[in-house]
Amino acid sequence: MPDTAQLELELLRDIAAARDEASLEAVRVAALGKNGSITALLKTLGTLQPEERKAQGPSINGLKDRVNAALAARRDEFKSATLEARLNTEGVDVTLPVRETAAEIGRVHPITQVIDELTTIFADMGFAVAEGPDIETDDYNFTKLNFPQDHPAREMQDTFFFNPKPDGSRLLLRTHTSPVQVRTMLSQKPPIRVICPGRTYRCDSDQTHTPMFHQVEGVVIDKGSHLGHLKWILAEFCKAFFEVDHVNMRFRPSFFPFTEPSLEVDIQCRRDKGEIRFGEGDDWLEILGCGMVHPNVLKNCGLDPDAYQGFAWGMGIDRIAMLKYGMADLRAFFEADVRWLSHYGFRPLDLPTLAGGLSS
Amino acid sequence: MMKFTLAWLKEHLDTDHSLGELADKLTMIGLEVERIEDKAKLYAPFVIARVADAKQHPNADRLRVCMVDTGSGDPIQVVCGAPNARAGMKGVFVPPGAYIPGKDMTLQVGTIRGVESRGMLVSEFELQLSDDHEGIIELPDDAPVGKSFAHYAGIDDPVIEINLTPNRSDCTAVHGIARDLSAADMGVFKDSAIQAVRGEFPCPVAVKIEAPELCPAFALRLIRGVKNGPSPDWLQRRLTAIGLRPINALVDVTNFITYDRGRPLHVFDAAKVRGNLTVRRARAGETLTALDGKTYALDDMVCVIADEAGVESLSGIMGGEPTGCSEATTDVLIESALWEPKNISQSGRKLGINSDARYRFERGVDPAFMLPALELASQMVLDLCGGTPSQNTVAGSAEAPEPVIDFPVSELKRLAGLTVPLPEMRRVLERLGFFVAGQGERVKVAVPSWRPDVQGKADVVEEVVRIVGVDHVPLTPFDRGEAPRKPVLTPIQTRTRKAKRALAARDLIEAVTWSFVPHRQAELFGGGKSELVLANPIAAELSDMRPSLIPGLVAAAQRNADRGFADVALFEVGQVFCGDAPGDQFTAATGIRRALAKPNGIGRHWQKRDGAVDAFDAKADALAALVAAGAPASALQIASGAPGWFHPGRSGTIQIGPQNVLGHFGELHPRTLEALDADGPLVAFEVILERIPEQKKKPTRAKAALDLSPFQPVERDFAFVVEQSVKAADLVRAAQGADRKLIAGVTVFDVYEGKGIEPGKKSIAIAVTIQPRDRTMTDAEIEALAAKIVGEVGKRTGGVLRG
Repeated sequence: MPDTAQLELELLRDIAAARDEASLEAVRVAALGKNGSITALLKTLGTLQPEERKAQGPSINGLKDRVNAALAARRDEFKSATLEARLNTEGVDVTLPVRETAAEIGRVHPITQVIDELTTIFADMGFAVAEGPDIETDDYNFTKLNFPQDHPAREMQDTFFFNPKPDGSRLLLRTHTSPVQVRTMLSQKPPIRVICPGRTYRCDSDQTHTPMFHQVEGVVIDKGSHLGHLKWILAEFCKAFFEVDHVNMRFRPSFFPFTEPSLEVDIQCRRDKGEIRFGEGDDWLEILGCGMVHPNVLKNCGLDPDAYQGFAWGMGIDRIAMLKYGMADLRAFFEADVRWLSHYGFRPLDLPTLAGGLSS
Repeated sequence: MMKFTLAWLKEHLDTDHSLGELADKLTMIGLEVERIEDKAKLYAPFVIARVADAKQHPNADRLRVCMVDTGSGDPIQVVCGAPNARAGMKGVFVPPGAYIPGKDMTLQVGTIRGVESRGMLVSEFELQLSDDHEGIIELPDDAPVGKSFAHYAGIDDPVIEINLTPNRSDCTAVHGIARDLSAADMGVFKDSAIQAVRGEFPCPVAVKIEAPELCPAFALRLIRGVKNGPSPDWLQRRLTAIGLRPINALVDVTNFITYDRGRPLHVFDAAKVRGNLTVRRARAGETLTALDGKTYALDDMVCVIADEAGVESLSGIMGGEPTGCSEATTDVLIESALWEPKNISQSGRKLGINSDARYRFERGVDPAFMLPALELASQMVLDLCGGTPSQNTVAGSAEAPEPVIDFPVSELKRLAGLTVPLPEMRRVLERLGFFVAGQGERVKVAVPSWRPDVQGKADVVEEVVRIVGVDHVPLTPFDRGEAPRKPVLTPIQTRTRKAKRALAARDLIEAVTWSFVPHRQAELFGGGKSELVLANPIAAELSDMRPSLIPGLVAAAQRNADRGFADVALFEVGQVFCGDAPGDQFTAATGIRRALAKPNGIGRHWQKRDGAVDAFDAKADALAALVAAGAPASALQIASGAPGWFHPGRSGTIQIGPQNVLGHFGELHPRTLEALDADGPLVAFEVILERIPEQKKKPTRAKAALDLSPFQPVERDFAFVVEQSVKAADLVRAAQGADRKLIAGVTVFDVYEGKGIEPGKKSIAIAVTIQPRDRTMTDAEIEALAAKIVGEVGKRTGGVLRG
């Protein structure tokens, strides 16, 4: 009988000695190939007597299985080694910079962000948003708003005009967002609660004035809203917008043709090296004008001033943006300097929400 | 602007309140204090001093070396060049470190021609008291050395400047301001009655009003035998303090009453007036040299006062030079008239004159004060210049309606949310000069003649609120009610908002550029209509309402490039104008990319990608903006070509059918760039958000049910050789059309021309995704569909499978 133990020893030695896939394959062929040593042993089984076969069979098959397992294990070793070797050549310099995400580079303008912020605040108080055209009639911009013809009040606002039409009328660029008030009152029935953000124009240019700027108008018309409500709304707005717990406000009587009584509103602040803190200090900063809608304006818009009443306010969007975010010069808003826009602008996914915060 | 001094205010208001308290109250009752010029502080370093000794300067003929006794310490050495500097005189000394207002500089210790000077003896010029800088100020012997000069000279009166709102004509007067303060409990209003001056002879000059619509009334008085000359110190000081130049007593009286009472008057030198006066419209061609020395050409809009020789005065705006009063005037005519405010405003604007008289007349003066003002002026002239007064002559009538407002007391609560008891309300109104009649729920409020701004109930509410104090109006929570919490933006606002965020998320930076562009740029971008040209642009290059946002953005990109930032991607979502009607204003979403500002990364990078920006970058931006704003992606069609400002071969149009063009994209035409003074490479897109079809409102927010096929999709690739002119979109559509049900998608994965492809042709490779619907497809079925695709493409585009 053949010495399977000896053969196994030799084969396992040969497997262990194989240096690569090819020599391992040679060992496999020598053992299990057509003319292999184990194949030869298996062939002998057929010639044996049943008893002998019973005795030899398990021994030879066991040998075959163990050699196969050893071959597979050795093959795995080679595979791992090859992979190892390949991986060793595949390194990259992970310190190389990647492209910045588009959403990290892109910006929305502070004006856009501030309009979204104030829309969010006023929407929560039940206000809708209305809009009107930039090119307006004298009637909507002035006359319906109770600016008497040739009254010095018209000269408070340096108006851009277009050339007169054949009938003598001339259009103008709206000097404030108040004509949207008129358009809203003429097209909707009270109760009205709207804000009207938009572009406005005046013939004026210096560090705090540009020929084009942005305003937001607010108007409430119903049967009971009064100055006390107006004060409350503006106080709530200022707290929410400036994201502070407390704002000291000062309401000063003033004059606008379209409101009576008219007020100007200052907020208390402390200015320190270009930084503004609200709710402290002893500077008063004017932020808006407001008042009860003038009875003549209500009449001009087809409403009975004894039945309906309400209030309106208007403030500079650019101005409150400057106050909140600390830009020093209004002109820079319109210069499109990418350094300024990248610095003061907002990331596209920084959508202001009441739940998540307006600016953070 | 209304200016006055504290001492002047106290002529009309008996008060113990401090300047600060008065100023705060003024602001809080609607007379906003713009500035307080505290002269006492400005003049504090200037003290009265005695020149103890004056010696000739060793090195200069015209200079003297003075030893000045300032009342404390040793005498101080001062080098002085004034001819009147001499030993024993008294003058005004200022030490080094002090601010010299007349020279707008801070004084330093100096060495003048080798001699040290430790201060200065000043002239009136250095104190800004006059233009006199010939010699230093000389004070009488009894002037107290060491004391404040300003206090001694009475020039330390603080000047208060009010930013007056145009409705308050009554507060163009110190008198009116004092009345408001007294109503606000800041003192007792001194309102003594004005005594009439008894005329001793009839006024020899008659007045005829030919334009009663412009001049309701006119009063005149002659004073004979006056002695005109400089007005007294107190009067000069009043005027100087608020920035007016004293002229002579007669003129100064009118200027004083203008500010003291808000009542402009005019004085004529009677000797220079020929015959009687007529108030009439000017005649075309007439001219007048006014008191400002300028000659004005007049027309029939302007109201004038004329004598028999011609125009003598621009009514209510400015007097004429020829009949002005000089120190030689002996007979003076004093005019107190009423002028129609609108005409004064129009005429003043037309003539370009801003005078104190115009400022008051256009706001409306107190008609009832016409005659009292004349009496007041007459008395002052008699007091200062002597003379014999005539009787008044009055043409027209100064009577004005005295409006009475029917005022429900509840109105205060209704409009202001403020509760004020009637007695308190009455007290406030009556101190302001109103008269309140009645008790109970409705009262009658009579409006004083000096308050033309008070016309209705709301005005009365304002009077009470501003005096009681807006601070007393309680904050009242504003209930948002039960209105449903729905979105509050209009469709266009929502589109604007989404387009902005989508573009910023593609690395573009939002700019806000002027709504105006230069005329030639407007024309270049399809605009330039005369109706959109401003009549009064602020600058020549800001003349036209923009037809497109592209020129503004290109200019902005170029400015950035010039600063060293070449690779910029900018966008703006804003208004464009194609006419002057409200419906002609549209909202454009526009973006540009310059140089290497690619959507997948800006600038050079070690992971090299495709180099400069191209039309497809702009196309991708345009589609992103549209889809974000709610455009149906599958319905958007791309056609070749765009308006003339784009490159003819590298631009496209986005449309939904040929009738609805949403916008354009592409490279800008080289000629456009040249005309805009800009360098490329530059690509742009512009889409109009209003053109996006409105989506149908759905009754539910639930999305359509998800329809997934259980069968695996099959992908087949085809490469077709087509003529170069064939559009990829047509080929894709042809393939898609082979079976709309089974073909789920077609993408172009390669376009090739060159070696292996006949010249004039190109190869387009597409991947077709076949999605079996109800069963797995057999190979034969797939082959049949592939053949159908090849057939469709061949039929519609002439394409043949690449061999």
